[in-house]
Amino acid sequence: MADLNINFAGIKSPNPFWLASAPPTNMGSMIERAFDAGWGGAVWKTLGEPITNVSSRLAAIDHGAMRMIGLNNIELITDRPLEVNLKEIAACKKKYPKNAVIVSLMVESKREAWHEIVKRSQDTGCDGFELNFGCPHGMSERGMGAAMGQVPEYTCMVTEWVKEVSEIPVIVKLTPNVTNILPPGKAAQNGGADAVSLINTINSVIGVDVDTMIPYPNVNGKAAHGGYCGPAVKPIALNMVAELARDADFNIPISGIGGVSNWRDAVEFMLLGAGSVQVCTAVMHYGYRIVEDMIDGLNNYLDEKGIASVNDIVGRSVERVTDWGNLDLNYDVKAHVHEEHCIRCNLCYVACEDGAHQSFEFVESNGHRYPRVIEKECVGCNLCYLVCPSPGAITMERRDDGSNPQTWKERISVSPK
Amino acid sequence: MSLLPIEQIEANFADIHPAMTPAEAAVEANRCLFCYDAPCMHACPTHIDIPGFIKKIASGNLKGSARVIFDANPVGATCARVCPVEVLCEGACVENTLLQKPIEIGRLQRHATDFAFANDLKLFAAGEANGKSVGIVGSGPAGLSCATYLARLGYAVAIYDRRPLAGGLDTYGMAEYKMTQAVSIAEVEQAEDLGVEFLVSTMITSSPPYEGGVAAASADGVVLSEERSISFADLQQRHDAVFLAVGLGETNRLNIPGEELEGVHDALHLIEMIKTREWDSVPIGKTVVVIGAGNTAVDAATQAKRLGAEKVVMAYRRSQKEMPAYDYEYELAKQDGVEFVWQAKPVEVVADAAGQRVASLRCEKTNGSGEQFDIACDMVIKAVGQTKMRSFFTDVASVEVDEKDRVVVNEKMQTSDPKVFAGGDCVNGGGEAVEAAQMGKLAAIGIHDTLTGETAKFAGGR
Repeated sequence: MADLNINFAGIKSPNPFWLASAPPTNMGSMIERAFDAGWGGAVWKTLGEPITNVSSRLAAIDHGAMRMIGLNNIELITDRPLEVNLKEIAACKKKYPKNAVIVSLMVESKREAWHEIVKRSQDTGCDGFELNFGCPHGMSERGMGAAMGQVPEYTCMVTEWVKEVSEIPVIVKLTPNVTNILPPGKAAQNGGADAVSLINTINSVIGVDVDTMIPYPNVNGKAAHGGYCGPAVKPIALNMVAELARDADFNIPISGIGGVSNWRDAVEFMLLGAGSVQVCTAVMHYGYRIVEDMIDGLNNYLDEKGIASVNDIVGRSVERVTDWGNLDLNYDVKAHVHEEHCIRCNLCYVACEDGAHQSFEFVESNGHRYPRVIEKECVGCNLCYLVCPSPGAITMERRDDGSNPQTWKERISVSPK
Repeated sequence: MSLLPIEQIEANFADIHPAMTPAEAAVEANRCLFCYDAPCMHACPTHIDIPGFIKKIASGNLKGSARVIFDANPVGATCARVCPVEVLCEGACVENTLLQKPIEIGRLQRHATDFAFANDLKLFAAGEANGKSVGIVGSGPAGLSCATYLARLGYAVAIYDRRPLAGGLDTYGMAEYKMTQAVSIAEVEQAEDLGVEFLVSTMITSSPPYEGGVAAASADGVVLSEERSISFADLQQRHDAVFLAVGLGETNRLNIPGEELEGVHDALHLIEMIKTREWDSVPIGKTVVVIGAGNTAVDAATQAKRLGAEKVVMAYRRSQKEMPAYDYEYELAKQDGVEFVWQAKPVEVVADAAGQRVASLRCEKTNGSGEQFDIACDMVIKAVGQTKMRSFFTDVASVEVDEKDRVVVNEKMQTSDPKVFAGGDCVNGGGEAVEAAQMGKLAAIGIHDTLTGETAKFAGGR
């Protein structure tokens, strides 16, 4: 039984699985049910001046028969009175002292306003704050959310304001709607943030109803861009987490967010430097119960790997992420078809023929026609391996002898000008 | 009188493979891997672009999906229901290997074609009239298919059929729990929409009139009233080419004593009676012996059970492993509680005391013992194959037949008479509707080539 306890920037939690600030953390009764289900922590739905929401609010992208691989939300911060939320936060923390209760905050860009809400909120006994500098829809039009996070100077300034009065750890939640995640991440650090969390949702128009020609989600015939999340955003989140984690000048903890749906996703975020993970869409899809397998799966994974504590995997893959110019140009792999596992769907053939490097041919074997790799044409791109539905039917085999690695950076440094 | 309440019989004859809900179709369509140069497509005799039509279901383009199907197979709705998919498309599906569960191609095909019928889609248009005319004898799958493609090429097409309804075996010969007449009729109407003329209740006779009586004799011997009669010479005069798609003849005789007794029926006749769904008038016994073990015999046996027969026995002169029915048809019969007596050769239908009705079937063991035994029954159904219409081919149409009385054709489906083409059961000796449909398509291409020298291209054509 591995140790799943974490201490994230001073915030203790029985496991690294937190609910992200979102509809599943709207109120005390919900978060209490989540803690009962096993969630280690929860970031309360963002407090601020209560807003009015629209109807409808959500829309999703499906893939084939798979529902909701991406979700788009135009719901804003809490629509409940501040006093009610604060009362419930205090009650929740009292009832669940071992769970992490983090309060997300967003108010107008005035020092006094931030000071006031921080002071009032920390009186609840909560474990930390998360500054919502990431919300890309609605609030950003009012100068809050992503409007903060997209300007590093603002990020730094407001973080400083909060740190002036906060007695508990402060996490800054970053927006992915920037060209480079490093400046806002470092701005949070410079402002004194104890940690960052990322990614918030991505600007998106999820689709258009082709019958009515109204984009989703339809609000009386019109739509606005929303925040995109769910399994489809995970690769974008992983990149941004890794970019911060591998930057020598960035050294505060990272809470990973973006498409985490199971223990495996969580492990990937942690290997790339996340000290905790936050989940929303998967819970909106399947409910709080999914945390049971996240805990169980993570535990079994750590036990199988012989790793005593979940904290020991944090950042383990960071050194494996590098710039393209540092990759070995002489590493050479070729695809290989294993006929005993090949089901002859020929997807490898057509993918390579039309989408890659025309490295397949058909051969007769055992009375059937099988695809076969023409090794001299194969560039080792992986496409055939990726489209192959049959496990083990295509493997990528190393063909160089490893004796002569050379990166592009090395190559241009030795080439005559 | 029926043996069961009508509601029970209706329930027993409900679709064996029911229609998919849209959600079910979407999930199943999305499961398809979209194989390239797909094995299912090769396994389909009409070479429907199966991954293509399935992906169109997945994308919500049901009209396009139906078009892909009917483009390669004008009786694609019938085939969706009656094809032995286990040995054709679904048997070739790569998911047999990967997941041990093929894509339900037949039911997906039904989903798309049902949509076309429900929305009365006109998927094809007749070609610009080319001034040429083709006469087709028989409106089953081969004739309907050939007519459809010829109409699309601009031919004036007339189909002659001896029965009052067009569609041939698709209309009269399919087990009712697989498909109803409405499906076949809808396919006939698709051909009518292309301008194909149907002359039903019409016999083709020799010229001068065939002395043996009606040449295209009905399988069950029923003489149709008010039928028209046209001589083959007339037919050839009316049309630039003739396509023979007459199928097979009557059910073979047993040539044993008692064959004429009351209670002895012909499987095809019984199946045809069931197609009317007038349950009170369908003959059925409490104990039924079906002679034969082919797919038609199974159809008869399982339908006898569904009509309420308490005991149905299939008697076959060879062993189980030589049984000609498909494995899944055998399984279906077993599931329906049909019993089997192997290596039993019928030697006499034994009459009751009054000498009127069947009382039992006397069989002889074919294991060499010569032992005889009686199976008590009040109904005997003969399903021992059909005759070939040799006299029609040799005496009426004057085309060459092979040693098994099948019409001899070349790769254009052309007979020994260059203006006479043939396809379907009369060429292959009895096969699946889908094979007949393909032969109809190849014949249309062959006829067009012969009459114009042009090569017509159709989906899944040669």
